[in-house]
Amino acid sequence: MKYKIIISNLLISLPLSLSIMNISQAETTTVNKLLDSYKSQGVISANAKQGEILWKKKFKNTGEFSSRSCTTCHTNNLTQTGKHIKTNKTIKPMSPAVTPERLTKVKKINKWFKRNCKWTIGRECTAQEKANILSYIENKSTF
Amino acid sequence: MKGTLAISSIVFTIGILTLPTVWGDNDFKWSEIENYRIKSSDVAAVTDPVYKEECGSCHMAYPPGFLPARSWSLVMSGLEDHFGDNAELDTETVQVINQYLLSNSADKSDYRRSKKFNRSIKSGNTPIRISEVHYFKHKHDEIPQRMVSGNPQVKSFSQCNACHKKAEQGDFNEHNVNIPGFGQWDD
Repeated sequence: MKYKIIISNLLISLPLSLSIMNISQAETTTVNKLLDSYKSQGVISANAKQGEILWKKKFKNTGEFSSRSCTTCHTNNLTQTGKHIKTNKTIKPMSPAVTPERLTKVKKINKWFKRNCKWTIGRECTAQEKANILSYIENKSTF
Repeated sequence: MKGTLAISSIVFTIGILTLPTVWGDNDFKWSEIENYRIKSSDVAAVTDPVYKEECGSCHMAYPPGFLPARSWSLVMSGLEDHFGDNAELDTETVQVINQYLLSNSADKSDYRRSKKFNRSIKSGNTPIRISEVHYFKHKHDEIPQRMVSGNPQVKSFSQCNACHKKAEQGDFNEHNVNIPGFGQWDD
């Protein structure tokens, strides 16, 4: 008799939990791939708090826009719509919870890291910095 | 009476006999008339999906028919400092985009506006700003600053689609111009 209860419970909870896990599969796999590559470059752990600090930090620049930060275009809130500082083009929120396609393509993430770190900080971000930022955007510390 | 009838029927017969030749004339196509109408009025719309995606991620993907090939080459070789922004791309993507731009540039296009753009650029010049091309300036010289640079919804002449509502279809006809905050452009 007890077994019936256990089995019927599993029949409901297993597919439910598997499908919930599947929904977040996409961005987790992409981020995990990248984190693995950072691990091979010596990164031990990703820190979302450090990622947030870097994201909000202001950097001086001699070009147009003398003070630059990730928040310049992406705003202070990952769930908010941003705007390109020069062209006004709207930028969908960075948070995957709001914009599901965020953090799903390795190529795209690499492209924007290269461009935007160079424009904001003046150099490419280190593997540790990238790990921290990804962790912050994903809203958790991943390993 | 009979004579008239005979003559007219011969004329008609000859006329009908020549019909297949005229009808079956492969040189005549309605689509060519439509093509001629389009080419004689504007610029080719952006079609390449890679170009549209990559070069339309911060601003409207500009029609390649607005600048000559040498200008596009110059832009594509300086993506690290693209008008103050970093627009770097991987080698493969650069090649694909170059291919598209260089084969559809203003000096290769037979679209009317492309030809006008091209003709207004001296052969020794290589402009990289579409808005600095003489033909462009001439077409926009009556628009007051308050409607563009002084207008927060437009900001700059580089935001074509802010006012040209059909820009993404390659239609820059002034009848489809609506300036945000000011309305339809009345020339």
